[in-house]
Amino acid sequence: MTCSEFLKELTDYLDGAMDAQTKAELEDHLQWCHNCYVVCNTTKMTIEIYRESHLYELPEELRSRLRSAIVSKCKGHRGDDNIEPAPAGPK
Amino acid sequence: MPTIQPKVEGPAGDELALVHAAKAGDISAFEELVKRYDRNVFRIAQHITQNREDAEDVVQDAFLKAYQNLGNFQEQSKFYTWLVRIAVNEALMRLRRRRPERMVSLDEDIKTEEDSMPREVADWAPNPEQLYGQGELREILSKTIQGLPPSFRTVFVLRDVEGLSTEETADALDLSIPAVKSRLLRARLQLRERLSKYFKNRVGGDGKQ
Repeated sequence: MTCSEFLKELTDYLDGAMDAQTKAELEDHLQWCHNCYVVCNTTKMTIEIYRESHLYELPEELRSRLRSAIVSKCKGHRGDDNIEPAPAGPK
Repeated sequence: MPTIQPKVEGPAGDELALVHAAKAGDISAFEELVKRYDRNVFRIAQHITQNREDAEDVVQDAFLKAYQNLGNFQEQSKFYTWLVRIAVNEALMRLRRRRPERMVSLDEDIKTEEDSMPREVADWAPNPEQLYGQGELREILSKTIQGLPPSFRTVFVLRDVEGLSTEETADALDLSIPAVKSRLLRARLQLRERLSKYFKNRVGGDGKQ
């Protein structure tokens, strides 16, 4: 396995979405390729840092205000058909 | 190396009952759905628009549109996935308004592979987030993700921050699964590359620029 081939599989590897044989081949590559080991490890850290960063949390005061506004608008628009349609639901 | 596990938020058990009640006009049931997902919608909206006021507007408009169009929700997917789709469209619309000079599209793709080929291969400090104070770290993370094309950061936020599956992300964004995987890989690698300059292990250094 080359480094380019490893990179192509990196997302599935980090997500655990691959068969046992491919996983074994990737892990064999990681045993001897330090650069790919570092890229794999630091990509995993990147994901974890963003996931745990609590960037853009919604403050409680703003949250209450937004919720009141939403509920009030929903009441105001109940039965009103003169609305731009939202996109169709997922397939 | 252990794999990344998706972050699962929001119980799904009684969700359909809430959706049915809301469809029948019960606003308090819809308010429960708002409480369940408002934080997620706000996070997604601010990640995409990179603007606090726009994110607030997206939260209001996305929930209002969802309420008004509940009759069109076919229940073949989760309510949250359907809501995310509405919120992403609202957020992209606002981003286009703010940046009319630049085409903003989820179809946006970068054809070359060079943009994501790792150049920085120095390992990181063991606990890189501890190299910086909370405020400084947030600024680094925010600035770094802002540098990604909107199509990449939208996929990254849905998959890696919000924990949607690849299939749910594809559904929410109307992209194919290979397109989601391709954008996710490049988003992850580009973020990693850019964060490396802040987090790499520097013996005797402070890790800062």
